[in-house]
Formats: sequence, structure tokens, C-alpha cells
Amino acid sequence: MKYLLVLIAGILFGLGLSLSQMINPTVVIGFLDITGDWNPALMFVMVGALLVTTIGFRFVLKKDKPWFDSQFHLPIKQHLDKSLIIGAVIFGIGWGLAGYCPGPAVAGLALGQLETLYFVIAMILGIKCAQLIVAKRG
Amino acid sequence: MDWFTPFLPALFGGILIGLSALLLLLALGRIAGISGILANLLFGKDKKDFSWRLVFVAGLILGAAIFQNIAPQALPFRESPSTYIIAIAGFLVGFGTYIGSGCTSGHGVCGIGRFSVRSIVATVVFMLAAIITVYVVKG
Repeated sequence: MKYLLVLIAGILFGLGLSLSQMINPTVVIGFLDITGDWNPALMFVMVGALLVTTIGFRFVLKKDKPWFDSQFHLPIKQHLDKSLIIGAVIFGIGWGLAGYCPGPAVAGLALGQLETLYFVIAMILGIKCAQLIVAKRG
Repeated sequence: MDWFTPFLPALFGGILIGLSALLLLLALGRIAGISGILANLLFGKDKKDFSWRLVFVAGLILGAAIFQNIAPQALPFRESPSTYIIAIAGFLVGFGTYIGSGCTSGHGVCGIGRFSVRSIVATVVFMLAAIITVYVVKG
């Protein structure tokens, strides 16, 4: 049951990225191109998702624990730090360059396009390098 | 309301993503941040969390495959940018989301959904960086 729900959650996410066209990097770049031929549609992806999470999370987090675990696993860090900002800048540059953020890149593997595969391989390499650097700096 | 019709798929797509995040939090108490799930799936130390991450990622790809079968989108979406650009972009996205503890889903959808200050700031910063990048690249 636990894994069935996780599978359903994954499928919902993949369907949402497809229906909203976030999976299409051309649409994403059209959304980011605010000084050009701006396509505002993707703003509503955020609106739709936040409508559900801002309301739903409040109720869920009032529970003592989730259905299949003894506790909620929420991020511990509360304060702004340099790595948050630097990381967000680096991520944003990559996102703007190709039009993929991690979700659509991984979901997009289903469409069998080579550029998506290359992107995901490079992304995994980037994750590994960052992990090594973070580990080294302690 | 006709002006709004073109935006309905985006709105409903967003609602599906929100429901996915809600379901994952309700079932496992986990944040549906794709970069974090992927990083820990591949390089995480805690092996007992391997299975749910694998199932989630499989579902993510399956969901996109199901949609493509029901409502095929014309492929390819575009003439691919050079492989160098794709590789650099992918590397930056992987590196940046790891350092910055999240991406569009983890910060943008889940973090803001919890009213996390870190996530709100991160989302504003990566949106701006992406907008400026598109502007610069376009020339």
C-alpha cells in the first residue's frame, strides 16, 4: 500500500508536468523570456500547485505523524546562507540555458529524446561533484 | 473567461503536482523535491530510503509516458541546442540544486507551501537567474 501511494504520487507528478507543458523546454524558455514573446501560462502551474500545498500542508502537518512513518522529514535549516543563494543562482543559470529543471528532465526521459538523456547524465555528474565538494569542506 | 482557457492545462497540471506533493507528505512525511530525491536515490547513504525514492522516480517517468500515450505531444519539441550547452546546463542544474538544497519542486512548490523563508528566497533567486540567463543568451 505504501509503495502504491508513492507510485501514484510519482505518476501524478509526471502527468502534471506533461499536462502543464513544463516538460517542454521551449515552453519553459518562453515563460522565462519576459522581455520577449512572453508566455505567462506556466505561472499558473505554480498557482495550481501552491493552491493545493499551502492549504493541504497545513492540515497534513497538524497530524502527529504521516501514515507510513513515525515522523515527518522536513528540512532542518531555517536561516539563509551563502550556499542557498549561490546554489540557486547556479541552478537558475542552468535552467535558463536549457529549459529543464530536475523534474521535467527526469520525467522527460519517457519521451526518448537524446538531449534530455544528455542533460540528465550531466545533471547527475553535477550532483556528484557538489556532493564531493560539500563533503570535503565538511 | 475566454482569456483564461489557454491557461487551464497549466493550472490543472499545477494542481496535479500539488496533489502529488501532498500525497507524499501525507503517506511518508517526505518533501516532493525532485533534485533531493534523485541525489539521495543515486548517492544517498541511507539505504533504507532507497526503495520509495526509486518507486517515486519510476512513477514520475511513467506518468509522463502515460500522458504521451493518451495525448501525444509532437516531438521533438525543438531543434536541440548543442550538446555542449545541454551538458553545461545539466551540470549547473545538478550542482546548483545540490548546493542550494532544492529546485523548482522542493523550494518552489513544497517549500513555499510551508511558507519557508529559505525556499521563498531561493525561488526568487533562481527565477531571476533563469530570466537573466534567457535574456543574455537571446542577445
